Amino acid sequence: MGVDVKAMGRLGITEEQVTFMDIAERFCRDNSSIAAVRERMAGEADVDSQALNSLSEMGWFGIALPEEYGGVGLSLAEAVPVAEQIGRRLMMVPFIPTTVAAQAILVGGTEDQKRNYLPKIAKQGGATLALSEANGSFALANIDAAAQETKAGFILSGQKILVEGLADSQILILTAKLKGQVSLFICETQNIPASARRREILIDETKRSYTLQLDGVTLPRTALMDSSKAKAALQRIDLAANLLASAEQIGAAKSCIDYTVEYLGTRKQFGKYIGSYQALKHTTVDAYVGYEKARSLLYAAAHNFEDQGKGEIATRMAAVAAGRALSFAADRAIQFHGGFGFTYDCDAHLYRRRAIFHDSLFGNARWHKKKLASLLFN
Amino acid sequence: MISVEDFARDAEKWFAEHTPRDVDFMLPLTFMEVGTDQQFEFLQNWQRQVYDAGFLGAAWPSAYGGGGLTDAHQSAATKIMREHNVPIMMNTIGLSWAGPLILDMGSEAHKNKYIKGILSAEDIWCQGFSEPEHGSDLGNAQLRAVRDGDEYILNGSKIWTTHGHYSKYMILLARTDTNTQNKYAGLSFILTPMRVPGIHTQKIRKLTGEHGFTQTFFEDARVPADGLMGAEGMGWKIAMKTLEFERGARGGQAGGFSVTEPDPLEILNLARESGQLEDPVVQDDLVDFIIEAQALNLNGQRAKIGALVRDNPAGLPLINKLTKSEFAREINQYALTLQGARSAYYVDEPNAVDGGWWHRAYLNAFSATIGGGTSQIQRNIIGEHVLGLPKST
Repeated sequence: MGVDVKAMGRLGITEEQVTFMDIAERFCRDNSSIAAVRERMAGEADVDSQALNSLSEMGWFGIALPEEYGGVGLSLAEAVPVAEQIGRRLMMVPFIPTTVAAQAILVGGTEDQKRNYLPKIAKQGGATLALSEANGSFALANIDAAAQETKAGFILSGQKILVEGLADSQILILTAKLKGQVSLFICETQNIPASARRREILIDETKRSYTLQLDGVTLPRTALMDSSKAKAALQRIDLAANLLASAEQIGAAKSCIDYTVEYLGTRKQFGKYIGSYQALKHTTVDAYVGYEKARSLLYAAAHNFEDQGKGEIATRMAAVAAGRALSFAADRAIQFHGGFGFTYDCDAHLYRRRAIFHDSLFGNARWHKKKLASLLFN
Repeated sequence: MISVEDFARDAEKWFAEHTPRDVDFMLPLTFMEVGTDQQFEFLQNWQRQVYDAGFLGAAWPSAYGGGGLTDAHQSAATKIMREHNVPIMMNTIGLSWAGPLILDMGSEAHKNKYIKGILSAEDIWCQGFSEPEHGSDLGNAQLRAVRDGDEYILNGSKIWTTHGHYSKYMILLARTDTNTQNKYAGLSFILTPMRVPGIHTQKIRKLTGEHGFTQTFFEDARVPADGLMGAEGMGWKIAMKTLEFERGARGGQAGGFSVTEPDPLEILNLARESGQLEDPVVQDDLVDFIIEAQALNLNGQRAKIGALVRDNPAGLPLINKLTKSEFAREINQYALTLQGARSAYYVDEPNAVDGGWWHRAYLNAFSATIGGGTSQIQRNIIGEHVLGLPKST
C-alpha cells in the first residue's frame, strides 16, 4: 500500500455545474428566506410545495437521469451545486431522497421499471426512500423487514423509519429480505394505508419523516427490482445520498458562518464589537477554514463520483468533512450568540439541528472513517 | 532558442547524472535550516553547479547572467528538480526575493552588480525585516537609517536573519523618517552590504539545538545610499511586493525550490514499518491526516477555479499558510507517537528512528507556524480580510 493523495482525485468543474450553481443560488435565495422557512417549520405541510413545483418545472429531479428516461442527461456532479444551495437556504424540499430514489431505479431497476418510473420522477419528483429501521444501523443491508412471495406478488412485514417526503411521494424505494436476500422494491405509496404511517418528531424541524408499519402491505410482482443489481443499487444509494447530503451541509455551513459573522460585527460588549475579540474571531476563522476544506473535498467527490474506487473514497472524505464543518460552525454559532443563542429565535440551532439530522442518515463521521480505513489500509 | 522539450530533456539527463546521492550527513529540508558550515558549503556548491549547467535563472536576462530563456523553460527544469528530489537551492532570499525585485525595479547598475552573484551563490543574500521588539508588527520596524551625503547611517537590530553570517548583502527595511502620521510611511527599502564596519551578526541557537539564523546588529554602520530601492517612504510597499514574490503570487523567481515538501503521508510508512498500520486506533488517526492532506491539496486546485471561489475569492490563498503550516506541525508531532520508547531519542543517536528526522521536523515546523506571521496573526488576517470581522486592536 502507499496512499498517493494526489492520485486520490483531482478537482474539476463542468460548465453545467456552474450553470446550475448560478440558477440554484438565485432561486433558493429568492424563494426560501429564513423567515419563510420558520413559518413553514411551524406549519402542517411537509414540504414547501410551491418550491417543489418550481423544482419540477426546472427539471432538477432529472438532472442526473439519462435523456432516454426523460432526464437532462447530466450526472450527480451537476446535482451537487443544487443540493448545496437548497441546504444553504434550508429550503424544505425532498431533493435528496427523490434524486437518490431515482438513482436507485436507474442502477437497480428493471428496464420496465426504468421506463415506467424515471420519466415521471424527472418530470415531477415524487419518489423517496424507505431504508432505515429501528435498529439504527447505518448498514443498509442490516434490516429485518421481510417480503414473502405470494401468488400475486409479495406481502411485507416489519417497519421502516425516517421515511422523508412520504406525503408528497407516489413511490418509495424499499428494502426487505426476500428468501434471506436483501432486495429492493418499488412500492407505490397508495398501498400504504394512513393507519400504517406515523409522523415522526425530528431534531431538524425543516425535515419531515414517517415511520411505516409494513405488516400486511402487499406489492405486485412487478415491484421487485433487479435482484442481480441489488448490491450495486444499495451502494449507489449510499454514495449518492452522502454526496448530496455533504452538499446540503456545506451550503448550510456557509449560511451559518455568515449569520455568525454578521452578529459578531454588530453586537457590542464592553464597548467593542464582540468580533474583535480573538477568542471569537479565531474560532470563527477555524469554522470558516473547516467549511472551505469540506467544500474542496465536496467538489472533488462530485468530480470523481463515477470513478470506481476513487469515487467512494472521495465521497466518504467529503461526508466526514462536511458533517464536522457544519457541526462545529453551528455549535460555536450557538455559543457566540450568547444568551440570544440559547433562544429558539436565534437561527444557530436550526443549523446545529440540521447537522445532527444528517449524522443520522447514511452514516456519521465515525462510520465513514471506518469505511475509509478499510478502503485505504486493507 | 532551444525548445522547452529539448531543454527539459537536457535537464532530465543532467539531474539524473548529477543529483548528489548518499550524502553522509543530514541535509536541510528548507533554506532556514542550514545550520553547519558543512551543509552550507555543500549547498552553495550544489547551487553553483546547477546554475553553471543552465538550470537556474534560465528565464532571467542573459545580459546580467541569466539564461535568456522563458519561464516555461525554468518551470520545466524546476519540475524535474522536484522529481529528482534534489537538494534545495539555498540562496533563496536572492533567488526569490531580492533578484526578482532588482530585475523589476532596480537600476541598471544594480542589475549588473547583483544578479550573477545571486544565481551562482557566490553572493549570499539575507533579509532584514523582523526586529526583536517587532516580530508580528513588522510595520512598526524601528531600525534607523539617517541620510548623510551619499550614505545611510544605520542603527538598530534585525532578527531571524537566515544565513546572516554567510551573507554579503541584505534587503533591509529601515525607518528613514520618524515623523510620519502613518507608521508605514516612514519606512524605506535598502540593499545593504553586510561586510562593513558597524554590522555584526550573532548566531541564534534554535529550539532544535542547531543554528540557522542570526541576530544582526547595526552600530553607526555606513552603507551606500544608492542601495535605496524606489524612493524613501516606499519601503512598506516594496516589502509587501517581495512577500508576493516569496509566495509565488508574482512571477520572476530564478527557479528551483528552497523548501522540500516531504509527503506528509510518509507517516503511513512509519506506521507500517512499526507494525501499527493494523491498529484500528492508529488507523482512525491516520484517516484524519489523509483527509486533511487531501483537503489541502484540493484547496490549492480549487483556488484556480473561479466559479468555485467566487463567494470568497481571497479565502483560499489566505488560509493556505495557516492550514499547511499547522498541518505539518501536527503530523510531525503525531509521528513521534508512533515511535514508542524510541521517541525518547534525538538527532545523532544511533537508536533514534530515522536518525531523529521526525523530531527535528516537528520542532522546525514551528518556524512556519511562527515565521512570516504567526498562525494567530493569520487568523486575524483571515477574520478581518476574508470574513470582514472587526479589527482586533
